[in-house]
This record gives sequence, C-alpha cells and structure tokens, in this order.
Amino acid sequence: MSVTRINLQEELQKPSHPFKEAWVMFRSNHSAMFGLIVLLIVIFAGVFGPVLYQGDPFDMVWAPFSPPGEEGYLLGTDYLGRDLLLMILHGARVSIAIGLAAAFLTVVIGITIGALAGFYRGWVEEVLMRITEFFQVLPTLLFSMVIVALFGASLPIVTFAIGVVSWPPVARITRTEFLRIRELEYVTAARASGVSNWKLIGRVILPNALPPIIVQAALMVGSAILFEAGLSFLGLTDPNIVSWGQIIGSNRQYILDSSYIVTIPGLAIFITVLAISLVGDGLNDALNPKLRKR
Amino acid sequence: MSPLLEIENLRVELTTRDGSAPVIDDLSFSLNAGETVSFVGESGCGKSMTALAILGLLPAGIGRVTRGSIKFNGEDLTKASDARMREIRGNEISMIFQEPMTSLNPVFTIGEQIAEVLREHRDMNAAQARSRAIELLDAVRIPNAKGRVDDYPHQMSGGQRQRVMIAIALACEPKILIADEPTTALDVTVQAQIFELMRDLGREFETSIILITHDMGAVAEMAERMLVMYAGRKVEAGPVDQVIDHPKHPYTKGLISCVPHLLAELTDERPPLAEIGGIVPGLAEFGRNQCLYAARCPLADDKCLQERPLPLAGKNGHEAACWHVEKVS
Repeated sequence: MSVTRINLQEELQKPSHPFKEAWVMFRSNHSAMFGLIVLLIVIFAGVFGPVLYQGDPFDMVWAPFSPPGEEGYLLGTDYLGRDLLLMILHGARVSIAIGLAAAFLTVVIGITIGALAGFYRGWVEEVLMRITEFFQVLPTLLFSMVIVALFGASLPIVTFAIGVVSWPPVARITRTEFLRIRELEYVTAARASGVSNWKLIGRVILPNALPPIIVQAALMVGSAILFEAGLSFLGLTDPNIVSWGQIIGSNRQYILDSSYIVTIPGLAIFITVLAISLVGDGLNDALNPKLRKR
Repeated sequence: MSPLLEIENLRVELTTRDGSAPVIDDLSFSLNAGETVSFVGESGCGKSMTALAILGLLPAGIGRVTRGSIKFNGEDLTKASDARMREIRGNEISMIFQEPMTSLNPVFTIGEQIAEVLREHRDMNAAQARSRAIELLDAVRIPNAKGRVDDYPHQMSGGQRQRVMIAIALACEPKILIADEPTTALDVTVQAQIFELMRDLGREFETSIILITHDMGAVAEMAERMLVMYAGRKVEAGPVDQVIDHPKHPYTKGLISCVPHLLAELTDERPPLAEIGGIVPGLAEFGRNQCLYAARCPLADDKCLQERPLPLAGKNGHEAACWHVEKVS
C-alpha cells in the first residue's frame, strides 16, 4: 500500500513535456514500433551498407539474369550483370536522402505559407491561399516532370521538384491550426505581455501547432520516396546514381522472364513506405490528445 | 500630481455587419499611482474592451479608437507606435485574464514562461531570469517554488495557474495591473486568496490595479474607487463606500441589490433574491441619444428616451449619469 503511494507521488512530481508523454504513448503502440524498427534498419542499410559491402553498383560482376543466391550474389544480377544487392543498398541511400530532404523542403514551405496566412489573415491569407490552391490543382506528377525536364535530372532538382509539388497539404494544416490557436487565451496573454508578432508565430503558436504537422511530415517522407521511384521509373533521375525506381524502370522489359529483378526493388519501396506509414499512424495516435490515456 | 493613467472622452467603435457601433462611448476616468479602481457591470458593457483599448489590443480590423485619448504618464497610448506599445505591455502595464486554465502556453514550463517576459523586457540572461522566476513563484505563494518551476501548466490547479499568471504580470514590476475578472473561474475559497495576494503584491510593488469584475464583494474589499459601466457608457463613478451606501444611478442600485445575503440563522426569513429584469441592449443600439438603461429602469420616463443623460458631478467626485438622481436614493 505504502509502496504504491510513493510511486504515485513520484509520477505526479516528475515534470513531463507533452512530447515526452507522446513518446510513452508511441512506445506502447506495437505496429508503430515495428515500423520504426524496420525504418531504422532501412536507414542503417542505406548509411552503412555500401561501406560494409563495397563495390561499384554500375560494375558488371557476373552473367546477366543470375537468380538470387547464385555465385555468392545474394540477390542475383540484373540485365547488365550488375550486383542487385549492391544496387539496392545504394538505392536505399538515395531514397532515404530524397525522402527526408523533400519532406523537409515541403514542411519548410508549407509552414511558412500556412503560418503567415493563418496569423495575419486578411489579404495575406487570401493571396497565399489562392497560391496554395493553384499548386494543389496542378497534376503533381506532370508538374514535377516538367521541372525535372526543364532544369535537368540531378538529385537536388528532383528533390526540389518533389518538394514544390507536395507542400499544399502542409500549408493548409498549418493555417488551420494557426487560425484555431491564435484565438486562444494564452496567445492574447502573450500579446499582453509584449511579445512581438514573430515570437508569437515562432515561439507561442507554432510549438502548439506542431503535432498534426509532424504527422503530415512523416507521411510526406513516404510519399516523397514513392514520388522519386515514379520519376526514376520514367527515367527522370540522375543517370549516375542508382535508385530503386530506376532499377525497376531499366529492367521492366524483363519482368516476365526474370521477375525477381523488379520484384526486389519493388519490395524495398513497399516495405520502406509501409514502415513510414506505420510510424506516421503511431505519431498521429500518440500526438492526438483525444486518444491519450490520462 | 497628475494621474498615472488618464482616459478622456474615449470612444471605441466595433465594426459589425450593420456598420460600426460604439462599444465604449465617451468614457473618462483617471487612475492615480498606487490606487485600485474597479470596473463593474454586466457582460457586454465594455469593461474588457476598455482594458484591451488601454493595451492597444483591440481586435485587429474590427475595433478602433475613434475619439479621445489614453494618457499614460502624459504619453498618449492611442497614438503610440507598435514597437512602443510592445515595450509598455507586460513591462509598465500588464494584464491577467479570466481563464487561468487556458491562459498559459501548454508546451512550456511555467518557469520558462515567467523567464520569457523578463528576458523580453529586462535583458536578463537565462540563469538570472530563472532565479528571478523562482523568487516570483515564491512571492505569489506557490509552495516549493524551486521544485515547481519546471512544471507544465497542466500539472497545476486553477488557483495555482492564476498565481503563475500574476507572477508573469508582476515580473517586471509594472505601474498598472489590469485584472479582467481574475477570480470568476475559481472556487470561492481560492478567490479570497487571490484577491489578498493581488492586494499585498500591489502594495509591495506599488502597482495600481484596475479590477474588472461583477463581484460586488470583491469591489468593496479591493478598490478605493469604482466605476459602473452600462452599454459602453459610464453610468456612475465615485469612492466605493459612497457608491455602495448611496448609489445615485438606478442600475448601480439594482446591481447592489442583486448580491445575495448570507443569513446569520438558517431559520431567518429569506429576503427574495433581487434581479434586474431584461438584458443589456444589442450593440446596434449603443450609440443612441437616450438613456440606454431606460428599457429596464423603474424610473424611466419620456425624457430618458429622448436625451442622453451626462455624468453629473457630486461631492468627492461621486458622479452619475441619470436624469432622476434625486429619486434613486
């Protein structure tokens, strides 16, 4: 009896940031933790794989179309006799890098536009939201293809193309949160204690608006990876860099004879995006105060 | 000595769907250093708007000062720049709000929120601000201030949060503290503590207090002077004891008679609880040249509906805006 009381006391006195509580919620969610572990494995493979398993992914190492396992090549070779395992590891690097960079760009553009629109309202909001809607109605794949075709197929341009077409949902979520939070009493209280507009946006409103934006950003990483795969399948990617979509694209003629060559990178994309979705869902549950157990 | 805050003929208009209406109409009052003045009236009478007007926080694009001046130490705040107003807010004039449960930012600790004001206005570094925050928490009588400075708002009760709000408001030792119904959301027992705290700290920091409330008991206890507002207009003002003992305006009289009395013995005969019939008129009617209280007033006659009564000064600055002052008492 007395032991329970002491524990309760400690629990009450331990200060906990709301995000720390969210982590406790997240940890107890099995599918989200599974997703996180898979994601960490993919990141590990992308970062350390090419170091541990060295070689040039463009080198012809063995006869083309060798099925997985033959001659020590764990995943076999593609139509040019290149080592598929090496290509997958290098591709993981590209996918993760583009996924994170494009999601980051998306979030930066989205938060900036959404925060300004939601905070200042009036004509600022009108102008920024019309621009957002303009980007939202453009066919995204087509628009990004045009950008890549115009400015050249290199990693930064592909990242930019993905970021530029996918920010509108983030901007709209940010604006909605700002519209809600700016009317709350603690914002008025902060104003009454002399806080400037920039600080109100950055230090008072934004930290409170973050939870749904974080969830959206996590899901953005997944959709950016899919997007990159789509673009490189169409050949709109840097030809000197291996990526998963590009492996599928360049081997697509042999899908009937040697299906493993397109299946393996396809599975890699599928597993990575699934893991990110699970993490995103887990974040959503953990950051949603309505689902939080008190 | 000139007053610390002097409001003259202030008129604040709100833009509504049917044009603009004066939510504060020809308000004048002054506040001396170290004094507590109370604003009394029903909801929607312009008390909170007066507070927001002083701080320059009228709802953007909707409310604006169209006439009159708000002079703080001789400086007209209605003409001050945004940057100057930010210097004043929280530093020389600060405000606490009605809802302590929602007035603190949920993602920062209370210590960080007190420190924020100090760093904004006092150029303190993080360590200085933190130790000052602990002192302030101690001053607002939060037990174990050192241990609680890293707490988040949701770990505190309503009364404690209001104490934190007072600590934030008084952090820079402002000249004026505006308290907008600071205890309405709190338990009766906590209310008394908060009032006592405000009174003590007001004396200690030599801060003048503008107390906005509809609690007559709080007015009697806290304030030296009171100002009764109705539909955006000042209807009566004067020293608290004089106004409560001898109200000159029928609205003030009504408000005072609405306060329920505790009985010494449960077996005593209970006097019926008084009420003022009707409601405050809608914003659209605020500007009319008539007595706006006439519709609810037992003394109203034709004159009340035809011409607006202006405040009539009496002795000790006790004034009332009514055509029938002599009939009230």
